[in-house]
Amino acid sequence: MNIAPLARVSLVLLALGACACTPWVKPYEREHLADQVMSFDRDPIAAGYLHHVYEAREAARGAEGGSGGGCGCN
Amino acid sequence: MQRVAVEAVVVVINRLMRGIAALLLLLPLLTTAEVLQPDRLDVMYHSYDGGGATIDGPSVLVRKNIADTVSISAGYYVDMVSSASIDVLATASEYSEERTEYSIGLDYLHDKTLMSLGYTSSTESDYEAETVSAGVSQTFFGDLTTLSMGLSFGENLVGVNGNEDFSASAKNYRYRLSLSQVLTKSLIAVVSAESIIDEGFLNNPYRQARYKDSSVPRGYSYQSEVYPLTRNSDAFSVRGIYYLPWRASVRADARYHDDSWGISATNIELRYLHTVGQDWLVEAKYRAYSQSQADFYSDLFPFRDAQNFLARDKELSEFSSNSFGLGVTYTLPERWLSIFEKSTVNLYWDNFQFDYDDFRNVLDSEAAVGEESLYGFDANVIRLYFSFWY
Repeated sequence: MNIAPLARVSLVLLALGACACTPWVKPYEREHLADQVMSFDRDPIAAGYLHHVYEAREAARGAEGGSGGGCGCN
Repeated sequence: MQRVAVEAVVVVINRLMRGIAALLLLLPLLTTAEVLQPDRLDVMYHSYDGGGATIDGPSVLVRKNIADTVSISAGYYVDMVSSASIDVLATASEYSEERTEYSIGLDYLHDKTLMSLGYTSSTESDYEAETVSAGVSQTFFGDLTTLSMGLSFGENLVGVNGNEDFSASAKNYRYRLSLSQVLTKSLIAVVSAESIIDEGFLNNPYRQARYKDSSVPRGYSYQSEVYPLTRNSDAFSVRGIYYLPWRASVRADARYHDDSWGISATNIELRYLHTVGQDWLVEAKYRAYSQSQADFYSDLFPFRDAQNFLARDKELSEFSSNSFGLGVTYTLPERWLSIFEKSTVNLYWDNFQFDYDDFRNVLDSEAAVGEESLYGFDANVIRLYFSFWY
């Protein structure tokens, strides 16, 4: 039977693969994560505008997600 | 005969094992999480109305992928400002102006790495800004972890309408780091940090500082504000989003900000997103924000040139704000706009209430100097937009 070496190699690859990519949430368990309700900012144009409003009225800035750009907030 | 049958079975098993081995080798590639944003067009009308200022205008954002590895985007945004705010009424007269912003972006996807470049240009009659940005994002650990980092550089040219001799510049550097982690099959968390450095003329040249002046009947006068030429700030945030079994989600954000001008700020936000059938999304949210004042802020300085730096910009004063938001997204039936894969119409409304703890309403002329009522106002923000995926 010459399948034993190949099986061993497969097991080693599986173990190595496990180090690199075996997640505790399996790909087939990510249905909920992929749902649009799980997006932090599903519409960039709307989220970007609201961040602009915040930055124009508040002294705090940064670490809010996808804002940016020049701002002449006189 | 029996030996031939055994050999045939061995060959089949061998091929099966090779196939499994090949699949195992390919698995990391098959589970790539980093993907380009889909092709889409957004057209928005935005409006801010509060505190005597009305700012509205259109905004357009379009994104198109090329060959599954490159995505380009372009944005157009206009603010049409009509302002009779407390600052304007106190020291100037009502004005109108327009700000126009153009932006372009380029994303490049290579395996699990997403690289991006951006450029933004903003122009108004007395302010010009240009910003370039670069970022990289990488997924790890079975695509449960995403590390993103980015930086941007902005150059601003500040002018004053009616004073052609005035010209000043300011530079802006931003560095951000963000780690997104899938914690369970229903929970994602993101921690972010961002440092920002400003250098140059950081005042609003129209804003004035107020000081006691017994030589005039009203008891106070104004002088130009003077700000430091540098400002460094750091912000840290934690965000989480959790899936609820009835196809809804709750999102919570918290952020802390601290800067070299002595301003500390915190904000928290809660958002609930609910689906109704296949076509409706309904959103409700609450946000609370508060900040301390800058070291060199005062509503009323004791005399002219009382200190080397002077500010009476209410955005640098101690205040808190609360906002509530409601919104709805409706996915249009495909037959209505069959040239698009999906089309939505979206209406979002946010109401803000700002309450200042040390910024007084100088229009309250009945009160003694420095004892005017504290200022506060509310504002309504509308976002009406159409999104098309193609």
